[in-house]
Amino acid sequence: MARVYKLGDGVSTDTIMPGRYNVTTDRDALRRGCLIEARPDFVDTVRSGDVIVAGRNFGCGSSREHAPLAIKQNGVAAVIAVSFARIFYRNAVNIGLPVIRCAELSEVVEDGDAVSVDARRGVIHAAGRTFHGEPPSGVALQIIEAGSLLDLVKSRGWSVLEEAHVP
Amino acid sequence: MGTLTEEIFSRRLGRRVAAGDTVVAGVDCALAHDVTGPLAIEAFRQLDRPVWDARRVVFTFDHVMPANTVAAAELHRTIREFCAEHGVTNVFAEGICHQVLVEKGFAAPGGIMVGADSHSTTYGALGCFATGLGSTDIGVVFATGRTWFRVPETIRVEVHGAPGLGVYAKDIALHVIRRLGADGADYCAVEWCGETVTAMQMDERLTLCNLSVDFGAKAGLIEPDAVTHEYAGGAGDDVHPHAAEYAITLTVDASSIRPQVSVHPAIDNVRDIDDVAGTPLDEVFIGSCTNGRLSDLALAASLLSGRQVDPRTRTVIVPSSRKVYLDALEAGYIETFVRAGALVLNPGCGPCLGRQHGVVGPGENVLSTSNRNYPGRMGSPDARIYLASPAVAAASALCGAITDPGGLA
Repeated sequence: MARVYKLGDGVSTDTIMPGRYNVTTDRDALRRGCLIEARPDFVDTVRSGDVIVAGRNFGCGSSREHAPLAIKQNGVAAVIAVSFARIFYRNAVNIGLPVIRCAELSEVVEDGDAVSVDARRGVIHAAGRTFHGEPPSGVALQIIEAGSLLDLVKSRGWSVLEEAHVP
Repeated sequence: MGTLTEEIFSRRLGRRVAAGDTVVAGVDCALAHDVTGPLAIEAFRQLDRPVWDARRVVFTFDHVMPANTVAAAELHRTIREFCAEHGVTNVFAEGICHQVLVEKGFAAPGGIMVGADSHSTTYGALGCFATGLGSTDIGVVFATGRTWFRVPETIRVEVHGAPGLGVYAKDIALHVIRRLGADGADYCAVEWCGETVTAMQMDERLTLCNLSVDFGAKAGLIEPDAVTHEYAGGAGDDVHPHAAEYAITLTVDASSIRPQVSVHPAIDNVRDIDDVAGTPLDEVFIGSCTNGRLSDLALAASLLSGRQVDPRTRTVIVPSSRKVYLDALEAGYIETFVRAGALVLNPGCGPCLGRQHGVVGPGENVLSTSNRNYPGRMGSPDARIYLASPAVAAASALCGAITDPGGLA
């Protein structure tokens, strides 16, 4: 069963991937640097399919894509937060890390709680309840359906977005 | 008809667009630096296409310059090889991206710019729409020249009144962050206006737009005027907001603001200086894309001239660019700093992001003129970071503790 790693409000990209650990593109080095100071237990205990649950403004600060990459490299199935900082959210979508907005979940679950998530629908089961979060929509959904931004651009280019949205 | 952002996108697309629309638009310039650049290059290579326009692609070496580790040197090498292969000649190792690009004329009124750095909002001081993106987005722009935008709603911040003693653009921005919160402008653009903003020169305008991202804004913009056009040398379009609808209008009375200090661990934990004065400091950093420009150094020099920094406090001063460094040399500021006992380092990001010189240790207090005080930002997560203006920083360096500059000027 997947478990919750619970974080608070205003988790910055400096917390997710401190600047001293992201001077690299090596994916395993990024994986090991994930939350290294705030949750030093994270990389040793996280299992594929586990979920990060956080409060407001998750991923605020720097544009470093190393932050969502590091989370993804640890096999995290979804980040569920009350709200996300804009660049982090866009980066996560671009690389295929599922992100879900959910106002209530972080108030209800505790660190280590069992959780199951349908990332595409935004449906979360935890603490004996079902939560309906908000998965990405619009352009972000099209990127997710393609797999990643690179997959979308390689397969269909920008035209699909232009056709979909130009009145 | 629209906000400055709506007007810029409407012109670019040749049709009327409004907040909430999703558009694909061409950009004038795409930036990446020594830390975000290599991932952008990786993304670009996966598309297997030529660079869309090598003249509009810019790389800077600033976050770790010169390289302090083999890993950093490898990232630099990746960028240099890419640029040689693709004919990219806009490769600068002479200061912080957000100062160098402005000096070199990449930002102009009416333009659209993107950068793989969150503080790309800085360019909006020249009346353009500029925003930060991740490396994959920028890699795609390198190949296609375009990206998608959701045209944002706009928060209008009207600043009136003459700032009081020791109050500068930094204090006005921190005051706004205090009122709106760290995510107060999330997904929105911010238009800074009012006679106090109009009276500012470009350095202070850049500070306002730089800090816009630190309360969540997608872009910070200032309507072009005579100051803008003179600075831009007549480049760009004369674009203005017209009969616009704003999501929120916030009014600020600059005459009532005290010098502001953002206190660890969050940017929106802002206090009047009176509440934190006397806090002992292990390090003071004057520099960064927020406050490392010539007027910032002039302000610091005016306070440090003929005085000595407190020996308990490492004082690190980093000009934001080579041009700023040379101008400061000529004006005598650099000699003032060195005689005062400060360490003057090479142009670049300096200690702001805890990745090169000036890293702070556990339990230390640092006052910085930069833009972020998240735990671990400047080194140990157990250091406390205070953010303030160059005037507060210089006064505090002299006293070894947080000090109101008003009493020293």
